[in-house]
Parts: sequence; structure tokens; C-alpha cells
Amino acid sequence: MSMPRLFAEAFLKAPLTEAPPAPGDLTALGAEFAATARKRLGRSLSIRQVDAGSCNACELEIHALNNPYYDLERFGLRFVASPRHADVLLVTGPVTLNMRQALERTYAATPGPKWVIAAGVCAINGGVFAGGYACAGGVADVIPVDVRIAGCPPTPTALLRGLLTLIAER
Amino acid sequence: MTTINVNPDEWRRAVDRLASGELDLVALWGEPGAVCLATAAAGKIDVLALSCPAGVFPSVGAQIPAAIRLERAIADLYGLTPYRAKDRRPWLDHGRWPCRHPLGPKKPADGARPYAFLPAEGEGLHQIPVGPVHAGIIEPGHFRFIASGETVVRLEERLGYLHRGLEARMAGAPIAAAARLAGRASGDSTVAYAIAFARAVEAASGIEAPPRAHCLRALMAELERLANHLGDIGAICNDASFVLMQAQCASLRELVLRASDAAFGHRLMMDRVLPGGVTADLTEAGAEAISTLLLLIRARFPLLVDLYDDTASLQDRTVGTGVVRTTLVKQFGAGGFVGRASGRAFDARKAFPYPPYDALAFEVPTREEGDVNARVWIRIEEIRQSLALIDLILKGLPEGEVRTSPPAHSGEGHALVEGFRGDVFAWVTIRDGAIDRAHLRDPSWFQWPLLEAAIEGNIVADFPLCNKSFNCSYAGVDL
Repeated sequence: MSMPRLFAEAFLKAPLTEAPPAPGDLTALGAEFAATARKRLGRSLSIRQVDAGSCNACELEIHALNNPYYDLERFGLRFVASPRHADVLLVTGPVTLNMRQALERTYAATPGPKWVIAAGVCAINGGVFAGGYACAGGVADVIPVDVRIAGCPPTPTALLRGLLTLIAER
Repeated sequence: MTTINVNPDEWRRAVDRLASGELDLVALWGEPGAVCLATAAAGKIDVLALSCPAGVFPSVGAQIPAAIRLERAIADLYGLTPYRAKDRRPWLDHGRWPCRHPLGPKKPADGARPYAFLPAEGEGLHQIPVGPVHAGIIEPGHFRFIASGETVVRLEERLGYLHRGLEARMAGAPIAAAARLAGRASGDSTVAYAIAFARAVEAASGIEAPPRAHCLRALMAELERLANHLGDIGAICNDASFVLMQAQCASLRELVLRASDAAFGHRLMMDRVLPGGVTADLTEAGAEAISTLLLLIRARFPLLVDLYDDTASLQDRTVGTGVVRTTLVKQFGAGGFVGRASGRAFDARKAFPYPPYDALAFEVPTREEGDVNARVWIRIEEIRQSLALIDLILKGLPEGEVRTSPPAHSGEGHALVEGFRGDVFAWVTIRDGAIDRAHLRDPSWFQWPLLEAAIEGNIVADFPLCNKSFNCSYAGVDL
């Protein structure tokens, strides 16, 4: 009989969902991006996540964005199953050479206008794997990157702040 | 602890003893010009090394199926050929690297070739290729299904997409830098890997971490187990379209991560365990955060267990789905919930006791059915065990130092540590205070092949459910 109790709680108790963090600093974005993102994307974004060599810690924290505390979808941001449906590619990892072609193809399959977020230190510059024989070194070495979210892994709050920057009013 | 150098006959004898079940396979890996085999019997691990001047070694995989992919990885990285191996296809090398055999005698790359998936013949069979980029937020890998209508006739996994060259980065690195790398073998098991690496380095240096550090490590390890098991139970139910469990379990998981952050300064507790001890002591506020977490989980979790147990439509999906037979988990030496749900009662904390677990009372739950439901129940039981263990650790936390500095020493050591997913093996040699060579073996090496067996005869739509109930690591085996 736990289901009725859980539903009753959902009605009676305050939601777990927390207030969002302030969007990130717009100057951190490219000038062209800042001028066009909000205008061209509107307030709703579809995100396709691509693991291009991550240790899976970044994926765990990206997953956490969907839990009731962060509730990503309330902002009109949602993860989609295909790059064909995506506005934004959220890429993690130091881009292994074994994933390079898959990342390039995913980028090619994403319709324009499109934006790329490099999430986590590895995606930004290869992190601890930079310079190895099996990695390209960072997402920007393979496809154009618009936004970078630091962290190892970035916390859900840092990810949320970066994503909200994309749809912030300016 | 030192490696035993053996000749080919002694190597073959060890393989025969593995095949007869007298020894268990722990790990098999390459070194420049040599192969190493770690075996276990009666609470003791031996590491054998066979020098291969001709670049050939007697195949282990020819008799031990669990070793086949390990040998294919050795051949790709070191150019050492397993003699009489049944499967000579590349594993990690997808033809994308600048050279072949990057860790052995390098050869010029010869480009990407089509991969020969195993065939299946019959009327009306069709293939479904999936990945490496999957529909969800998960790691990359390729699954090739051959199906007859809705029923899976054969699944073959092709991994290696996440090969980052981690062990090559560790070789020659200062110990602290190598510890950071070990903590990034598989992010969800960062604590387990860090402990395994630290214990291996400590064994090589002939030191022991202070008692308080042992307890803090175990505290982190149990928090990691809690977080992952909660996440998995929710995600398995989500793959059966039961989203309520996912939302509830994900909320509890978030609380575990927040308490971990409050206690140890990082949500996943990365880089908190180092050879010699831990980086930061637990404060009173940190201990308080963990105690509060225990209260919350103890209040909420039983409700969710009832919800799982009472929902017939959910049970309909998990009971009898993705069965792995006991003989198979024993043959592959599968650890973790995959092994324990199919009757293999192995847990490194009991089989190779290390502090503080050698002084703590806990049980290793097992079941016999080997289906998705059994793997859920093992996780439920282990959450209960972890809650009790955290209580015990907090109550008995000794005072004192949390770190001793490893001396600049040379030596060799290994360790087997129980992560949430199963036993993580680490082996290192150190020279003058830096890592000379390192090898890390993820529990998933011996679980991934069983997923292929589990899905056989099930419907394609149940694959996500089976896959999630295994939750094997891609990054941990690709390294």
C-alpha cells in the first residue's frame, strides 16, 4: 500500500525541486553565440548528450539534472534520443580516437542552427588524458565548441547554470 | 609480493588448474614482452609472468572463455599473440590509432576494417545494430542483435570506444597523479578504484594506512555503494516504464551525493583516497550529515521496497527476465550483484578481507534465480547491509592520523577491493616513488559476456531492462 501513501505525500508536501542557480556569465560565451542563441533557439532547447570518452562521472551528474531536485524539464530543456531532434550537443570526455568518427557523425546529423557544449575538464582540454596516444585531446579539436562547463565532473548546479545561460533573456 | 616468473609449461599447468576450477581467474594483462596472469585460491592471489621473446604465449582463452577478451586486448596493445586462441579479432583497436600495438613493438596503422560479427543463420533472421551513440545518457558501445521477430537469437557486444590509454598514462607517473588516473577508470566506482590502487601501492611500499583512514575509506566505499544501488534500482524500474520508482530513488541518490559532498568535499568523493590514507578527515559536521542521511533513507527506502514488491505490472517485467545460470557465473567468475543473484557468493570484502571489513559484521546476500528481479533484490539487500555498515563504522571510528606518506620505495603490490559492481583488481610496480607499471581490472570484464547469455531468447524490448540490471562499466573495461 505504499503507492497511495507516496501519491498523498506528493500532494501534501512541498516539492523537492529547488530554485535554479543564476545563469552563468554571458561574456563567457562567444560574441556571436551571445547575440544569436536566444533569438534563434527560443526558450526551449533539445539536448543530445554524447559521451566521447568520459569515465562516466560526467554522465552521472548529467543524469542528476533529471532528478526532482534539479528538474531540468521545467526550463524547457530536455534530453532527446536522436541528434536529428537536437539543438544542442552536450559532449563529455577527451574524445577518444575510437569515438571521434561517431562524434563527427553525430554533429553532422544535428540540424542547424546547432550549438555544442563541452562539459567537464576532459571535454575542454583532454584533462588527465591529454597527450595520450588514444585521445584527440578535447571536443574543440574535433567539432566547434560554443560553451564550456568546467568541473571534474561538473556538478548538476554548474551544468544547470551553463545550460540556463543559453536561454537567458538579454 | 612479487611476480613469479614461469616457463611455458608452468603457465600451461596454471591454465589447466584454472580450467579445472582449482584456481579462479583474477586478471590477465600484458607487459612489454611478457604476459601476466593473476589467479586466486584459498584467499591468496598469485601473479605469474611469462616472458614472450617470440611475441607468442599459450592461450588462456582457449580453455577459459572469460579470458578471451582480455587476450584480444593484450594482442591489440602489446602485439603479443595468444597461441591456439579461438578468437583473433581485435578488441580495443578499431583501426583509429596512429599505430598498432601502441604499448609494444609499434607497427604502422593499417586503417579501420569492417568488424566480423559472429554469424547466425536461419530463416527470417534480421540484424539490429545499436550504438556506439545510444538513445539515453549512457556510455558508448555497439550492440549487434540478431533477432527472429521480437526474440533475440544472438547479441554480440563490441566495446573499446572509450579506450583512453589510461594504463599508459599511469606508467611513469608520480603516485599522486597515477591515483587521479585510477580514480577515473570508471567514474561511478571512483572510490573503489582509488582504494584498490592505494592498497596496491601500500603493499608495494610495505606500509599500512592508519586505522582511521581505513574506516574513512570504507565509509566512502559504502556511500558509493548506496548511491549506485539506489540509482540502479530506480533506473531498472524506469526501463520497465515505472517512473515513480525512478523519481523516488533518484531523490534518495541525490541525498547520498549531497551528504558525501558535505562529509568529504566532493559529490562522488573523487581523489579523496590516496596511497597512505585519505586526503581529508571527517569533521563532526560531516559525520552529522551522514547520520541524518541514514535516518532519511531508513524512513523512505522501506516504502520503495514495498512499492517494488507490490506492483504486479513491474514484477511482470523483472521476474524471469534475463536469466543467467549459476554454472555460467561460476565459469566466468562473475562478481558483484551479477554473480550473487545467480548463486555465486563471492565478495572481496569476505574472500580477501581487508581492514576495516575484517573486523565488521555484515552479510553477503545471494539468490539463485539469476533474473532481473534477483539482481534488484541483491541491491536492496546490499543497501540494507551498507546502512548497517555505515552505522558500525561511524560508531567505532578510531581517533588518530588519516595519512602516512609512502616512502620513495621500489616494489610490487596488488589488491582486490569490492566496489558496488564487484571486485576491482589493481596491480602496480613502483620505482623510486613513481609508478612504473600499473594494471586495473574492472569487474565488468567477467559480467559483460554474461549479458549476451542473459538476453538470449528474451524480446528485444527487454534488453534495456537486462542491460540496466547488469549495469556493466564501459569505461572500466575500455580504459
